[in-house]
Amino acid sequence: MNAKPKLLTVLDVVAAVMFVTAVSLVFFYAPLERVMGWVQKVFYFHVASAWVGMLAFAVAALFGILYLVKKDVKYDRIEFAAIEVGIVFALLTIVTGSIWARPIWNAWWTWDPRLTTATIMELVYFAYLMLRSGIEEPERRARFGAVYAIIGFLSVPLTFFSIRLFRTIHPVVIGSNDPGAEGAFDMTPRMLQTFMFSLLTFSVGFVTLLWHRVRLGALSDRVEELKLKLQS
Amino acid sequence: MNSFTPFIRAMGAVVWKDLQAERRSRELVSAMLVFALLVIFIFNFALELETNIRANVTAGVLWVTFTFAGQLGLNRSMAVEKDRGCLDGLLLAPVDRAAIYLGKTLANWVFMLLVAAIVLPIFSVLYNTNLFIPGLLLVIFLGSEGYVAVGTLLSTMAVQARTRDILLPILLFPVVIPVLVAAVKATGGYLQGLDMSEIQVWINLLIVYDVIFTAVAFMVFDSVVEE
Repeated sequence: MNAKPKLLTVLDVVAAVMFVTAVSLVFFYAPLERVMGWVQKVFYFHVASAWVGMLAFAVAALFGILYLVKKDVKYDRIEFAAIEVGIVFALLTIVTGSIWARPIWNAWWTWDPRLTTATIMELVYFAYLMLRSGIEEPERRARFGAVYAIIGFLSVPLTFFSIRLFRTIHPVVIGSNDPGAEGAFDMTPRMLQTFMFSLLTFSVGFVTLLWHRVRLGALSDRVEELKLKLQS
Repeated sequence: MNSFTPFIRAMGAVVWKDLQAERRSRELVSAMLVFALLVIFIFNFALELETNIRANVTAGVLWVTFTFAGQLGLNRSMAVEKDRGCLDGLLLAPVDRAAIYLGKTLANWVFMLLVAAIVLPIFSVLYNTNLFIPGLLLVIFLGSEGYVAVGTLLSTMAVQARTRDILLPILLFPVVIPVLVAAVKATGGYLQGLDMSEIQVWINLLIVYDVIFTAVAFMVFDSVVEE
């Protein structure tokens, strides 16, 4: 477990190559959107990081349930790692969204359901981090973390649903299109390919980061153990 | 008779214990009440409240008041259990832990409703309006249930953490937002005298959230208290 797995090294390289490819696709392959121009390019990574954030929190809730059932510390590490990675990507989503919204909506921020929910989601997982840092005993920390990861993941869609009963101006590019949305556009095939590739890139990136973080968790647990052994 | 009766009896015992302790000390409800009134007064200065003009603001103020006062009560109700080792005693009792959870939730719910029962008439007098609309009472009934269902679970976790006093609101508020949104919208609807068809959707949502949150908290409570 000390040596870095070969597959992880391969994943590192694949993720890096894919990321460079994705960036070049976004800038050189995908056509310029006629109305919004360059700022529309943010869309590819914005949606991709939103997807990874969501995926990460879903993974965390899943491993939270698994931990509560099996009580294996391995699951707790994955859950914690997924939430940490998820927080970063959720924050990226909010930041890239703001960059896009400034020229298109003429405001960095609107109280739109998606924006509000994304931020509340971020707050839920900040609370998760604070809960964990407030408990010293590892076993209890893992149990409480799992419970909160489940409750939080359950609450976020409900929040979204509640707030969505108000009107929304956030564009829905994939799936049905609401005429009230501002900044919506139709994707050309090249845009769609770039978009799909970005999604894939970010997903691979997520798996790589998650794996690294889980390894880091396992190693830091090992360090703790060794320290305790030294003291006694 | 069957396995259901001891469950109800254990739950009833926990509720009775909490109510009895509160009847003798009167520290929880009185603190919540004074706090609630203070919040209303602060809002009065901050927002220049006039109920008839801004029914929606009133709905918000009412629910912020209940939320803050409720959080105070939840924290205290679990802290007293933890401080003198009462929680361990409760857990040692040979009863289903879910019964303890439901008992604590029910007691907290009663406390919140008690506070609401005193705040509502005072609010009505202060702002010369009538808040005793049957529908509004139903909203408070349902909204506070969802709130204490999550709140009791999270306060059980919060009191076992090092940072317990500051932790509960941080854990509770982001998670309980769906309940609050629905409760505020339904309350606002009743205060503005909207048509029932517009309010109905929020009432239905409140019921759904209550069921979801109570069920999930009920299921995971075991893992929050096991040692």
